[in-house]
Amino acid sequence: MNNATTPIKAESRNLNFFYNGGMHALKNVNMPLYENKITALIGPSGCGKSTFLRCFNRMHDLYPGNKYQGEIVMHPDNTNILEHGVDPIEVRMRISMVFQKPNPFPKSIYENVAYGLRVRGESNKRMLDDKVEEALKGAAIWNEVKDRLQDLAFNLSGGQQQRLCIARALATDPEIMLFDEPTSALDPIATANIEELMSELKEKLTILVVTHNMQQAARVSDYTAYMYLGELMEYADTNTIFTRPSRKETEDYITGKFG
Amino acid sequence: MTPDTPHAPAQASVLKNLDAVRAMIKRHKLNDYIFSLIGLLALMLALMTLMTLFIDLIMDGYQRFNLQFFSDFPSRRAEHAGLLSAWVGSALVMLVTFIVAVPMGVAAGLYLEEYAPKNWFSDLIEINVTNLAGVPSIVYGLLALGLFVYILDLGQSILTAGLTLGLLILPIVIVSTRESIRAIPTAIREAGYAVGATKWQVVHDHVLKYSYGGILTGVIIGMARALGESAPIITIGALTFIAFLPPSPITDVAPFINFEWLSSGFTVLPIQMFNWLSRPDQAFHINAAATGAIIIVVTLLMNGTAIYLRYKIRKNIKW
Repeated sequence: MNNATTPIKAESRNLNFFYNGGMHALKNVNMPLYENKITALIGPSGCGKSTFLRCFNRMHDLYPGNKYQGEIVMHPDNTNILEHGVDPIEVRMRISMVFQKPNPFPKSIYENVAYGLRVRGESNKRMLDDKVEEALKGAAIWNEVKDRLQDLAFNLSGGQQQRLCIARALATDPEIMLFDEPTSALDPIATANIEELMSELKEKLTILVVTHNMQQAARVSDYTAYMYLGELMEYADTNTIFTRPSRKETEDYITGKFG
Repeated sequence: MTPDTPHAPAQASVLKNLDAVRAMIKRHKLNDYIFSLIGLLALMLALMTLMTLFIDLIMDGYQRFNLQFFSDFPSRRAEHAGLLSAWVGSALVMLVTFIVAVPMGVAAGLYLEEYAPKNWFSDLIEINVTNLAGVPSIVYGLLALGLFVYILDLGQSILTAGLTLGLLILPIVIVSTRESIRAIPTAIREAGYAVGATKWQVVHDHVLKYSYGGILTGVIIGMARALGESAPIITIGALTFIAFLPPSPITDVAPFINFEWLSSGFTVLPIQMFNWLSRPDQAFHINAAATGAIIIVVTLLMNGTAIYLRYKIRKNIKW
């Protein structure tokens, strides 16, 4: 993989993050996200992977006392999305997120997917219908739900719910999609579906994924970052990380000697 | 297996242990049994007391269970005395109570839970709101007498009574609103924010939508409490003998609604009951018993509705 020809979609520069109470959760993280690539974050529990991911859609702003330092710059517009003047809502309109546990709204399948568009003021029925169908197709769940769009989302299986959540995140045409351990609550078949889907999605957007599953990182990602105690220990293309890691700690973690 | 295989002695010791384990389980289970018996007895005692009271009221008052009892004004003759002015008064007061307590209580609960910064001041407010729910109702009556009747000069009217009872049940509405809001998982809120919703969009489209079953339950239970309150109403000076109805809220000339009823004198069910009970003539005690039974039935119906609504609304929401 040639970094020189792959444009960078976003990058963190000297990113530090402090939780309410002063816990220094991220320490000087510098990391690029390449456009139309999947970047995986691996590392033991509590190493700051999810904290880092949630900086990208300013999820930490929902809770008082959290503090960012440094920058996350999005390209091509060079916006530092952590800047005070940048509204977190604007950031979330550009960067969507899929959570660890499927979290559909207690609404119909249709309304779940349409919600992001409704929030943006879209009320044209035709437009909504088209977008919902497109998103459900994009999330590879259209064939399973097309005859029951008005059913409650809770009636779907766990794997279907997670794909519905992907459709919800996809419907608003995000530039970057964040996945926070998207398959940890799913069985192996549903996991394989989601992984395949991620590989398809990267044609259209840039993906950052947190995973606890080393094989998953090796299978789906183009780049992998190993984090430990809030620091970025090693970052490289996935092949290199898994075959020739430059640091001993990374190798120990990947081979299962640690973590 | 023959008895002389090496397994035999080992089995014997296992069996002996098993006996000890079984004996222990039996002892522990006895505690289960004793506690459930005590619990059942306590429950039965409470239910029996209530049932006895209720049946006693019905036995005493059954002669008055007819339409006339509801359509007659109070009278000096017990058998002609009815509840008309009392139930109309109760209904109108409850209407004011509802209009006062629900928007204010829900808005306050919503603000405290979703918008208020979490600091010592909001903690203080929270503790006070919870404490307010335990303040004796007569204290609300005194407050209302001073504030609504004397300072604001609203008179001893339906408006004053409605405002007073509204204040009384406000903490109940606030607390139940907050509890139902708090039951909504963080993941659902985050899902809303993650697609770019503003705080109000999340509150309006999700928080209120998924919690209104619980809020409604709190409102109904609060209203049921307000219906049976007499102390604060007596304090603000409700009349006890009323042979007229307040002006109708709906009229046949434009603009079809009027608000004169708000400033009208009134009585309510518990006060009418109290009034009849304090008469020396035994015949009036029949009226009082009948009124008591009616208040209990209405209260039970309201609580039953609350339980049913909560069940029905929560049925589709699983978390």
